Amino acid sequence: VTLADAHYPDELLYHDQHDWARLEGDDHAVFGITWYAQDSLGEVVFYDPPEVGSSVDKDQTYAEVESVKAVSDVIAPLSGEVVEVNEGLGDAPEQINEDPYGEGWLVKVKLSHPREAEQLLGAEEYRKLLENA
Amino acid sequence: VSARRTPFYEQHVELGAKLMDFAGWEMPVQYEGIKEEHSAVRTHAGMFDVSHMGEVEVEGPGALAFLQRVLSNDVSQIKIGGAQYSCLCNEQGGVLDDLFAYRLGGDRYLLVTNSSNHGADLAWLGRWSRDFDVAVRDVADRYAMLAVQGPHARATVTRALGIELPPRMRVATARVGGRPALVCGTGYTGEDGVELLVDPEVGPAIWAELLDAGVVPCGLGARDTLRLEACFHLHGNDLTPERNPIEAGLGWCCKEATGFVGAEAVASARHEGTAEKLAPFEIEGVGIARQGNAVLSSGEPAGVVTSGTFSPSLEHGIGMAYVRVDLAEAGTDVEIDVRGKLRAARIASKPLYPKEK
Repeated sequence: VTLADAHYPDELLYHDQHDWARLEGDDHAVFGITWYAQDSLGEVVFYDPPEVGSSVDKDQTYAEVESVKAVSDVIAPLSGEVVEVNEGLGDAPEQINEDPYGEGWLVKVKLSHPREAEQLLGAEEYRKLLENA
Repeated sequence: VSARRTPFYEQHVELGAKLMDFAGWEMPVQYEGIKEEHSAVRTHAGMFDVSHMGEVEVEGPGALAFLQRVLSNDVSQIKIGGAQYSCLCNEQGGVLDDLFAYRLGGDRYLLVTNSSNHGADLAWLGRWSRDFDVAVRDVADRYAMLAVQGPHARATVTRALGIELPPRMRVATARVGGRPALVCGTGYTGEDGVELLVDPEVGPAIWAELLDAGVVPCGLGARDTLRLEACFHLHGNDLTPERNPIEAGLGWCCKEATGFVGAEAVASARHEGTAEKLAPFEIEGVGIARQGNAVLSSGEPAGVVTSGTFSPSLEHGIGMAYVRVDLAEAGTDVEIDVRGKLRAARIASKPLYPKEK
């Protein structure tokens, strides 16, 4: 497994529990876990997604990702309703390691409170948080 | 108290290992990744720094009688240069530790203990040794320990270190790195291989030789997936002082006729049977059971998972669980409560991998 080097794209918003959100339009967002999160976890072997139509609450668990060694809760960076889950991860959960911001996305959500995004961190702030951790 | 480091610590850091605290030691969990390391041991050769494990030397005219008293197996069966697996039991038959005993000479034995139990084992052995003409010494600082395992392990070690290796379940002395060493034909992966007990000062040079010879560095993460596929017990998970060897499936290494400490309790468990039995299982679909998950049968509590992981060889969840004895037969369907989700599982036979033919 060749893992991409640590990187935190500028266009994403970050939650301090190592999750990212990509805003799409006025009220949709895609969620995933950050490079740091997947690196800490190790090789992901199982993604247990939420159901489409279920609601997710900011700062609350909405899914599980599991590596050989350990299971980890995934925290929602924003609130809303799940409109799509990444079915491709069923057969290829390693995409979460290999491409955490691309093929390794976890869910797409219709946001119930889009303004919550103002509370998230920018890439620079998130990098600083990691440096000080 | 800061974590202890093995003689290979600098090499772990150089290789980019992820380190974690294990029983007070800073140990590598993985280098490149658990799956790759696991596969290296199943197909080629991998090496594990297991220097955190403890060594206890038992020597003196009363060595055999003493070990016969404290170890569950029949120690009189170990020839010079032989090795034997045993349980260390308390008076109630509970398992304090599981260990290998190597007979180094007529009256001299070496016990290799689990790191988290080493101190308690020493105290226990010291206490029982008072009635015998024997010296019990902590010699953990005298050895760095490397396990080299895999189908190509023996050939690679022979070539890289220029030493002759003992057969399986035997121990030999050798000079490794110009210093005396012990070479043991034992392991914890289900593959052939050796365990090297070497002088800590020459440990790093030996590691480097093996690395140059193509042996893949493997962390404790892969060690756990490998041993669980092979259904080897991990003390603290599958063996505890609250469980006896009979329910753990270790009756084969208990010879009650020797009168070891706990023999009466073990004999009674053997004759009367136990309520639960340790059994391997495989998850039927998705999900990975972990230590502590409840096992259910027809919706009723029926046991508890003591070890659970993802099997890199089988590519699904596997583990071992103490289950009601009537459920412990291979082929029995059960359910496991994995964080609130019921996952279908089937009791399997040992080992989980490779499958017995």
